Amino acid sequence: MTAWLDVLIQGVMLGGLYALFAAGLSLMFGVMRLVNLAHGDLIVLAAFAILVIAGKLGLDPFVAVSVAIPILFIIGFALQRVLLNRTLGGDLLSPLLVTFGLSIIIQNGLLEIFSADSQRLRSGAIETASIPLGGGIAVGVVPLLTLISAVAVILFLNLIFYRSPIGRAFRATSDDLEVAQLMGIDINRTFATAMGLAFVVVTIAALYLGLRANFDPTIGPARLLYAFEAVIIGGLGSFWGTLAGGIVLGLAQTIGARIDPEWQILAGHLAFLVVLAIRPRGLFPRAQD
Amino acid sequence: MPLLETRNLTAFYGDFQALYGIDTTLDRSETIAIIGANGAGKSTFLKAIAGLIRGQADSVLLDGIPIGSRRAADIVRLGVALVPEGRRLFPSLTVEENLLIGGHGRKVPGAWTLDRVYSLFPVLKERRLSATPTLSGGQQQMAAIGRALMSNPRVLLCDEISLGLAPIVIADIYAALPQIKAEGASVVLVEQDIVQAMKVADRIYCFQEGRLSLAGRPKDLTRDQIHHAYFGS
Amino acid sequence: MEDSAAKPTHAFRIETAGGISRAGAVGVLLLALALLPVFAGRNLIQDLIFLFYMLALAQCWNLLAGYAGLISVGQQAFVGLGGYLLFALTLLGGLDPLLAILLAGLVSGLFALPTALIVFRLRGAYFAIGTWVVAEVYRLVFAQFKPLGGGTGTSLGPSVTSAVPGIEWVKTLLDIRTPAARDIISYWMALALMAGTLALVYLVLRSRRGLALGAIRDNEAAAAGLGIDIYRVKLAIYVATAAMTGAIGALVYLQKARISPDAAFSVLDWTAYVIFIVVIGGIGTIEGPVIGAIVFYLMQRYLADFGSWYLILLGMLGIAVMLFAPKGLWGLVAERYGLTLFPTRRRLVIRQRDSDRGV
Repeated sequence: MTAWLDVLIQGVMLGGLYALFAAGLSLMFGVMRLVNLAHGDLIVLAAFAILVIAGKLGLDPFVAVSVAIPILFIIGFALQRVLLNRTLGGDLLSPLLVTFGLSIIIQNGLLEIFSADSQRLRSGAIETASIPLGGGIAVGVVPLLTLISAVAVILFLNLIFYRSPIGRAFRATSDDLEVAQLMGIDINRTFATAMGLAFVVVTIAALYLGLRANFDPTIGPARLLYAFEAVIIGGLGSFWGTLAGGIVLGLAQTIGARIDPEWQILAGHLAFLVVLAIRPRGLFPRAQD
Repeated sequence: MPLLETRNLTAFYGDFQALYGIDTTLDRSETIAIIGANGAGKSTFLKAIAGLIRGQADSVLLDGIPIGSRRAADIVRLGVALVPEGRRLFPSLTVEENLLIGGHGRKVPGAWTLDRVYSLFPVLKERRLSATPTLSGGQQQMAAIGRALMSNPRVLLCDEISLGLAPIVIADIYAALPQIKAEGASVVLVEQDIVQAMKVADRIYCFQEGRLSLAGRPKDLTRDQIHHAYFGS
Repeated sequence: MEDSAAKPTHAFRIETAGGISRAGAVGVLLLALALLPVFAGRNLIQDLIFLFYMLALAQCWNLLAGYAGLISVGQQAFVGLGGYLLFALTLLGGLDPLLAILLAGLVSGLFALPTALIVFRLRGAYFAIGTWVVAEVYRLVFAQFKPLGGGTGTSLGPSVTSAVPGIEWVKTLLDIRTPAARDIISYWMALALMAGTLALVYLVLRSRRGLALGAIRDNEAAAAGLGIDIYRVKLAIYVATAAMTGAIGALVYLQKARISPDAAFSVLDWTAYVIFIVVIGGIGTIEGPVIGAIVFYLMQRYLADFGSWYLILLGMLGIAVMLFAPKGLWGLVAERYGLTLFPTRRRLVIRQRDSDRGV
């Protein structure tokens, strides 16, 4: 019994990480209708950025991430402004293939700079700290922080989207690009800001990715798939849905791993396909999409 | 100098030419109406002025400044606001948010604030937190007009604001026009409803298949003239 | 009752360019390619095998994405499936390798049906990633399949590779040893598959289905309004390309004689490179992938040693072409000179009425 309770808790914690992966993707799609095939690789890129900053400045990753965040915001803003804005507004082939090309460039660029060695973000004692819950079950501090951060990020995103002028602009642009322009909204700037914000979320996700497990330049695509699955399971158009989707995915993987460690990833994929088959719009879709 | 002027304005959708050299003027505090059959190019005309369709720089002049090649977002900042055909409110925004976003691009002090719009259209205040798809057609039209007013435009372009509405609702909406004019906006109305257009406009232009077929003051134009200009028979 | 109002005022017919001369030219080219092994060295043969199957894969992806609007980044699912089916049918089933290739193709097509049922619930970019997830599922499942080596994979022994028909005949004809003869048979199979794929794609596009596809590609809503059953057409295309891709995958792995899940379901080898070929060459045309495959082959031959830098270059080139020359190299050439090698466009030819001509 306690074994399964443990599985449940671990699954939810893992779900927090996947929700963080997915939140950035959800934001990009929500505002710009951009599905970024390089999303996973960007998370890895951000993890390397935190690694380098932590190393060069002698900082703990939790501090390094606050240095990384503004830098990555600017990179995201610039990337959208200079490159990705050109791909939007036409057919869907262009953004898909350009971000695919970007994915390859990032992976191989990181390989050249950092080699294929596994890396890890080190934060000392906190990595192995855990909080006992009684009955022999404990919750790792880092996984718990991941979940809390995921909830915080989603609260923050909802706050921006629904209670701020820029959020209004985001929603208006997503609703009707043409009329948004009639409101004086600078579409290029709005998209770039959204991307910058997405990069901030990606950076936070990267922190927990790197703390939790080893990472190397090639693990990006797998994270993209998890992020994507979490978004679809949760349903398009809702950040809380994305959290739910992440948790469902995390649970599926953890349960699969419990049955057979080699089945972890497959279990997640199968859960995704099942949800797709029986509830194609996800668990909590928003009315419009 | 007229406030707004179009000179030899042409417009294309791909290879298809929708407007063939339109010359119009709009003076300060004037209201002009554009009438014509479906497909005559009336909406295209407004879109060209508003910057959704771009052309030659000097084909559209605002206070003498060429704006014909500028982007829509820039043109709003210069004081030209469009109430689009079909209202096109933002479904993800509440009524109040739709109004607020109207003022997003052009933040100049002026008569039109949220409160002033609410006093013009009180029903909007009642429904301020509603999602716009739940509003009736007439209420949506009021919201769309209010949204455009929030940018305190010098020129207000209205595309078929009576479309799909019952006569009594149309009357309500047109009743707001004098206040809008009183606060200083000059208005360009595209209208299917010729009677309504004749009542409120200082001057009328009639379009036919992308060309100007008639221009003049309502009281100077006969029914036959309008009929001929409208249908071209 | 006026009849003349109902009759069209002009007679018309629909033309597609073509003709005996083009068919003849193609036949000569194929013959020349078929006879190549007599003169060519083994390296060239192997290079051409690679070129042929990459081109065939590119044509399939192009049909899917460029014409049916189904952008898949998961075609590696069928390459790997075809490869594993070949291994299963020959190693475990003892079948003749050539027959196995055909069967692998057919079975891949069958697998595509339930796959499509699920994946078609997604649209656009989500469809793309969905196909990737499916490919990953296939990979993970085969990695669990112990009879074919599980995660590390397995090899085809000489019992299978020597069982390919025709090896003895080639050996005596050209006086070469078994491995070289094997390559030549593979070469002919690759040539046949490539020609077959090209022919199939060409015929599909010239057929009524092809016209439907063009309509779907240009404006899906309008096409649906005309009564074209979009879902059925897309499904048919998806299954057909899956079958072709599966057969190609079977051939590839017969030639390589070694398979593993990571290689067989590699996104890089079977999707990234294929997309690159189509994009560089020109999406939505039959000629485009031909150009793209040749360019890619040359790049692969001379630049692949640069490892990561080569891949970065590929990525950048792909992005640059996508942004600045979206019709690819063939598009640039064709627009300039108005060329078509594989005519599939239709022209409406209107005949003047006799009275108009003053007869």
